[in-house]
Amino acid sequence: MDSNAVAETPSDIRREIESLEASKAQIEHRISSLQARLNDSNEEEQGKETHVDGQLSADMIYRYSRHLLLPLFGVEAQANLLRNSVLVIGAGGLGSPALLYLAACGVGRIGIVDHDVVELNNLHRQASAKQNHAFIIHTEAYIGRSKVESAAAACRAINSTVQIIEHKEAFRTSNALEIMSKYDVVVDATDNVPSRYMINDCCVVLGKPLVSGAALGLEGQLTVYNYNGGPCYRCLFPTPPPTSACQRCADSGVLGVVPGIIGCLQALEAIKVACAVGEPLSGRMLLFDALSARIRVTPLKLNLLPADARITSKEYNKRILKGEAHVLLDVRPSHHYKIISLPKSLNIPLASLDGRLPEISTALRNEEDNEKGSARSSPSLYVICRRGNDSQRAVQYLHNNGYASAKDIIGGLESWAHDVDPKFPTY
Amino acid sequence: MLLENSGGLELLCNSVKIHEVNINLEAEGNQKLTMKHLLSWVRTNLIKERPEMFMKGDTVRPGVLVLVNDCDWELSGQLDTTLEEKDVVVFISTLHGG
Repeated sequence: MDSNAVAETPSDIRREIESLEASKAQIEHRISSLQARLNDSNEEEQGKETHVDGQLSADMIYRYSRHLLLPLFGVEAQANLLRNSVLVIGAGGLGSPALLYLAACGVGRIGIVDHDVVELNNLHRQASAKQNHAFIIHTEAYIGRSKVESAAAACRAINSTVQIIEHKEAFRTSNALEIMSKYDVVVDATDNVPSRYMINDCCVVLGKPLVSGAALGLEGQLTVYNYNGGPCYRCLFPTPPPTSACQRCADSGVLGVVPGIIGCLQALEAIKVACAVGEPLSGRMLLFDALSARIRVTPLKLNLLPADARITSKEYNKRILKGEAHVLLDVRPSHHYKIISLPKSLNIPLASLDGRLPEISTALRNEEDNEKGSARSSPSLYVICRRGNDSQRAVQYLHNNGYASAKDIIGGLESWAHDVDPKFPTY
Repeated sequence: MLLENSGGLELLCNSVKIHEVNINLEAEGNQKLTMKHLLSWVRTNLIKERPEMFMKGDTVRPGVLVLVNDCDWELSGQLDTTLEEKDVVVFISTLHGG
């Protein structure tokens, strides 16, 4: 019917699409390099814009309004975020979703490290065919180009006010400390064991919190290492697993959405750490099982104290039976304390410990007065919590603040219920 | 007792993740069941292939987390942890992919 259409064969159309795609890629490349230049030159200006008298600019108030409306987040957390910097190591299945959310939510400066190029077989978890709808980061147009470049372009497209730093190199012992030292929070989105140990060790050396995610097959894992007294990767796993037990997505496969979920959770934890809001997943590990749709969060061992600063719940029971003068400090949140507590314990939640030290001194003095005349030494101070992690942090804090004799009850109330009083309720 | 494998360990047990098991203490010649006994029982009775992917020596291989009733076994005494009826023991191989 249409005479023009008759002449157009499928191969003509394909040729035209190809040539259009090529010019589109060229234009996109040009845009991303211009954006990079603009970012670099605007860096100082932006710094000013963000923090005029500690206030957000009008544009920022509008852009981040949904964050600002959250009572538990608000202006303060958003301002923290804008001042903070996050390094994402690996721009693959985990790094891609993490980066998009970090850029969108307004982390001030984001570094991306990866030496890889985009391949077609990455795109099921790291890409979407239509850039405009890119939830996943890399696009077909970027196949064969650097993942860092591609990820940076996507981040800039979402939020041009965020400074994106491209590290198009492998993360090696020779450059690791130098790169990492410029950032506040590190996100481990790598895919192999040696990188994970190296990143962990650098974080310990530099004192940086590490948000670590992993995904394989239909399962994912997530935790925050080296944060707020919590353990590091090497603390938990001093011996690396045998290579035969280290499967890779490239060999064993992975369902694209699984690293997508874990990567988003990594962004969430990085935001919490950067803004100092909520309870980051430190000393706990989140396990995600996609097939059964189950998420489990498990406490991890924590060993902050020397052996002589800790006693078992059984030993504590013996000391009570002997009538030893002591104060038992319960550092759980008060709503936990109200559920169940040991008799005559003093509840000061860990979070408010530093303001309430005088209460401990008073309790110790009262205990001493009660024991007057029996020629005993000064009363002991024992600290307990639900499972024995917070109590260790509390004892560490007490040791540093003049209560050198404070002792932790290992395993907390759960161990009391398990080893001493099976009728003691657990929750 | 309920045993659960994940993080790839289920592949050693015909891809079955959750095992409800009954361990006859008398047949095992023990008064009480500890994690040490349980590990050797699992190795003999549940693991179908490559036992070295599960154990090294008399304990689990490096990179396996063990939870007893949802708590890291390092907090309950590792191999000496005493187990009771209806306890839940979970073995998780740590993942490294991304």
